[in-house]
Amino acid sequence: MSETGYLVAFISVAAIATFATRIIPFLFFERHTEHPLIKHLGRYLPAAVMALLATVFLQRSGDWSATVPGLDTILAGALVVVIHLWRRNALLSIAAGTAAYMLIRQTGILDSGLAG
Amino acid sequence: MNSSVFRLTLPILFGYLPLGMAFGVLFATQLDYAWWAAPLMGILIYAGAGQILAVSLLAANAGLLEVFIAMFVLNARHLFYGLSLLGQFRGAGWRKLYLIFGLTDETYSLLTSRSRSQDTLHELDVDFRITAFNQVYWVVGCTLGALLGRNVAFDSTGIEFALVALFIVLTIEQLKALGDSFPVWAGAAAAGIAMILLPPAHQLIGAIAIVTAVLLLQYRNLRARSGAEGNNHV
Repeated sequence: MSETGYLVAFISVAAIATFATRIIPFLFFERHTEHPLIKHLGRYLPAAVMALLATVFLQRSGDWSATVPGLDTILAGALVVVIHLWRRNALLSIAAGTAAYMLIRQTGILDSGLAG
Repeated sequence: MNSSVFRLTLPILFGYLPLGMAFGVLFATQLDYAWWAAPLMGILIYAGAGQILAVSLLAANAGLLEVFIAMFVLNARHLFYGLSLLGQFRGAGWRKLYLIFGLTDETYSLLTSRSRSQDTLHELDVDFRITAFNQVYWVVGCTLGALLGRNVAFDSTGIEFALVALFIVLTIEQLKALGDSFPVWAGAAAAGIAMILLPPAHQLIGAIAIVTAVLLLQYRNLRARSGAEGNNHV
């Protein structure tokens, strides 16, 4: 598949998948909104999926062959948690964590600091 | 009416512009596709976390089935937004399809929390405009970010951490709203198991399957327990 062909297919699939999550209740669940299984999943699934994604991508951001494995991602991730619990401002938390991670990656500050 | 809709959606503007820009910068700095694909995604997909995840899926040249499953599950929370709006959207006519398409987290929170008059048609028109205004903010943010990322030279190494940070923030928000940490531990544990057992390309789908199974088991146990209690009381 060509690059453009892949991008077109990708955007179409992503658009359909996203729209599906929004329209399915209106197509199939007009009569089942009170079903306890749907209520149960509606209550717990979003939190579980977010935690799952956070864990997978935290792991993928880490340098696990460093002196202290994964310290880069753990430090930046912990900063996001602390700042978010402190100010509860999503953009501030994301900006601070991303800036910290970029600083760590671009300066190699953890490696030199620990080696010295 | 548009000025009152603008005032209502102002907080969303302040949220969507920077987040859309973050997506645009990420798209333009991580990928080699034309910059305008970023706003195009904002128009056609219109999902914050979904589009940011899409950047890493595009970078990995992910298979289309994996793209579908990952996007569907990431946005699965929207399934439950619709359930609570079945009644409210009734009678919206031609507007209904767009109201459903534009049902993001922020639009949902605005549509369900604002005060409504008895005039259903008028209120649905306001809902429609709120949805459209919000998407305009989002697409403008995506455009600005993509242009910025393409034209301003800076070392963007590590900017992809924005995705991780976003998921951490969303996890904390879910945890606070729920007041129960079980699903968070279940999700993290499922991810851990999938990462140990599966190659990277299948970890996301594997973890999703595990955590869904855990939640179904939990549902069965809760039902069995409440059923037993119910019998004792009889």
